[in-house]
Amino acid sequence: MARVKLKAFAFARSGDKGDGSNVGIFVKTRADFELIRRQLTTDAVKRHFAAICKGEVIRYEAENMLALNFILRDSLGGGGSESLKTDAQGKTHGLALLEMEVER
Amino acid sequence: MRDKVLIGYGQGFWGDSILGPVRLVREGPLHYLALDYLAEVTMSIMQKLKGRNPKAGYATDFVAMLDRTLPDIVGKGVRVIANAGGVNPGACLDAVLDLARKKGIKGLKVGIIEGDDIQARIPELLQNGHGLANMDDGRALTSVQDRILSANVYIGAFAVAECLAQGAQIVIGGRLTDPALVAGPMIHEFGWQPGDWDKLAAGTMAGHIAECGAQCTGGNYTNWRDVQDFVRIGYPVIEASPDGTFVVTKHDGTGGLVNRETVISQLLYEMGDPRRYLGPDCTADFTSARIEEVGKDRVRLSGIRGGPATDTYKVSISYQNGFKTTGQLTVSGPDAVAKAKLCADIVWGRLALDGCTFEDHEKLVEIVGAGVCHAGIVEAKDPPEVVLRLGVKCNDEDKVDRFGMEIVPLVTSGPPGVTGFAGGRPKATDIVGYWPALLRKDQVKTRVRVEVS
Repeated sequence: MARVKLKAFAFARSGDKGDGSNVGIFVKTRADFELIRRQLTTDAVKRHFAAICKGEVIRYEAENMLALNFILRDSLGGGGSESLKTDAQGKTHGLALLEMEVER
Repeated sequence: MRDKVLIGYGQGFWGDSILGPVRLVREGPLHYLALDYLAEVTMSIMQKLKGRNPKAGYATDFVAMLDRTLPDIVGKGVRVIANAGGVNPGACLDAVLDLARKKGIKGLKVGIIEGDDIQARIPELLQNGHGLANMDDGRALTSVQDRILSANVYIGAFAVAECLAQGAQIVIGGRLTDPALVAGPMIHEFGWQPGDWDKLAAGTMAGHIAECGAQCTGGNYTNWRDVQDFVRIGYPVIEASPDGTFVVTKHDGTGGLVNRETVISQLLYEMGDPRRYLGPDCTADFTSARIEEVGKDRVRLSGIRGGPATDTYKVSISYQNGFKTTGQLTVSGPDAVAKAKLCADIVWGRLALDGCTFEDHEKLVEIVGAGVCHAGIVEAKDPPEVVLRLGVKCNDEDKVDRFGMEIVPLVTSGPPGVTGFAGGRPKATDIVGYWPALLRKDQVKTRVRVEVS
């Protein structure tokens, strides 16, 4: 087991859902899916995005895609036209999640 | 009945490259070309334009695109489906017919779908007990009623199919859902009915994959180094079968990449609960799909399950919700980050001296280059330069404009190395608030009209 960043083996895409972002992450093998399922808890993801996500983190699973989908509530500074932020739509949040370290 | 229907998606949003549709039509076989021109904010802009000119309020980009492609579209018999009508499908229809006549194209059938625009009906709907409360926070619409800029129902694929059944080669809608642009031709070609939930879910899922154009063919893909020839990236083509299975692909010889990963990436985009993807025609279960690579740049989806749609349509309402602006300066090193922070403090301090203050949640300071997108996760300690972005929002337009005047003075009255101020003083612009709501389906009647050039 070693500490590795998710970007070494996972894929991600993110976008906006109102004032929250959605961050989808998926992997290529069942073993890695079990790994992210176990380690990417809503608490761990909330901690990782502490400076960005001001609200609740919700998690969904899509086993057929070996994917998890996170909703990061209150992470876009108002969302849509209301936000002043550079990344008002959370387009880069997926890559931000891939910077997280896990045990693998 | 065709046993394979080819549906290309050439425009993922208002502002996408015109090369998408142009090359989809020219560089390979195609039966349908779907194009999305709308976003939430777009509708409010279009209502404003229509307010000034009754012949405006639709996506003029669509007409410009047809100006380049109409001869090919007519020659190959490609049928076009676009939500380019915005808030004025009738004016868009007239513009397309004018264009066809100018090009000497006779007999082109152009259809429009109306009924999505409910802005004028809001007082009547409220009076009849349809609250249109905000789906996110439950607020009553009456709290913003005098500031509404647009109000549109998301219309589904059956209206598209009806317009195709009436013979339209060009179908122009207002606020059609993005997936409806793809599911509509499937319904029309394969005779799917309301109640064919699995097939409608497949059509919806195909539409969801294609709806951002090149985002399923290698665009915005994590392993971007694997993507060949971004310049000539191929836009998606859905190869649909009557049983609801479909293949995601792109034209031979184009750039980009279609594999299991690029498709799954897009399936997850803007996703909520993957088991319950709600649309006007059905509820789709994205977790039911079998996703497999069946050839180079070919990914097949099968086994998709769906369920009944809800008895409400989603409504997108926009309203005036104050004013905002942002401005930026470049700050070079040494000590770029410290100097940028000082610049921000100077701006807020000088505004306060002049009696102009903002609440914390009304202010933005970003030091781009030091760690903004991934704040708290990846940050640079001492970059050689940064871009300082400052912004404000509030209900007082004058205060927002006052802020805009205090940025450029920093070049001569702040720390050294401040440059890159371009574009004049930032001015207040409208904040367009987004108000999602639900409306009972029996309150909405869509109408289809087809005319011939």
